[in-house]
Amino acid sequence: MQIPYTVEARPDTGLYNAKLGIWLFLASEVMLFGALFSSYVLLRTGAESWPRGSEYLNIPLATLNTMILIASSVTMVMSWASLKLGDFRKYKLYMGLTVLAGFGFLIVKYFEYTAKFAHHYYPSTNTFLGIYFTLTGLHGLHVIGGMIVNGYFWGPGSKLWRRDPERFANRIEVAGLYWHFVDLVWIFLFPTLYLL
Amino acid sequence: MSAHDVEAIRRQTRTYVMVFAALAVLTVVTVAASRLDLNPGMTIAVALLIAAVKGSLVAGYFMHLIDERKAIYWLLALTVIFFILLMFLPLGDAADSIGGVPTPV
Repeated sequence: MQIPYTVEARPDTGLYNAKLGIWLFLASEVMLFGALFSSYVLLRTGAESWPRGSEYLNIPLATLNTMILIASSVTMVMSWASLKLGDFRKYKLYMGLTVLAGFGFLIVKYFEYTAKFAHHYYPSTNTFLGIYFTLTGLHGLHVIGGMIVNGYFWGPGSKLWRRDPERFANRIEVAGLYWHFVDLVWIFLFPTLYLL
Repeated sequence: MSAHDVEAIRRQTRTYVMVFAALAVLTVVTVAASRLDLNPGMTIAVALLIAAVKGSLVAGYFMHLIDERKAIYWLLALTVIFFILLMFLPLGDAADSIGGVPTPV
């Protein structure tokens, strides 16, 4: 049996099914990160004192990571646009760059985390570091998840392009929506944890 | 795909590059603004305002929300309502203890 509405829009929603599906998933993700942001606000307003992020965290490295992630969002959307223009080679280039940017982000994060541990800063050290490791750790897991999906579509998953190019372009759009969401979360994490 | 569609996608790719440039500049502005000697309330307001502008650019252009179906807008409106509840309901609980320990009922 063929999966319905993978390319053409459903008459009632005006969307192909996967697109509505990913937006529903992202809505649940908003609530997941929203709960943690809410916890952060509650912990901060209830604390007698709260450190500035710069007392513990490396702002230049986090700024570099912000640049890496927004650059990866551009390469991601360019990979989708390349498919829409029928240029598969450019798709491979942009998607490859997106996956590499994900690696770059995680490598920078690795250096950040190891520097914290070298200074004996752990999630149990204080409330600020507890929420910092929780939020950035959960975000990092989302980056890894996105890289696995993007890596699959860069490699074996890209065979679908030959059989059903429209469907493959839709898959990349859906993967892109997730990846941009991960970027969006970081855009709020960066000032909240590092700069305030 | 028609020639018109191809041209529309080409125009979009130019927009993506401009949005990237705007996001990069705003990132630098965020870091610079955090080093200004503003009062804490203003520092938080400026940082969150810039983050909101950056977030809107990503959602609007990269996630194509500036030109999306109504079903998505309704879904997101519902998400925003629940997100606001999630953010502010716990603060209501915290506000109970302002000025001292709340009296047990």
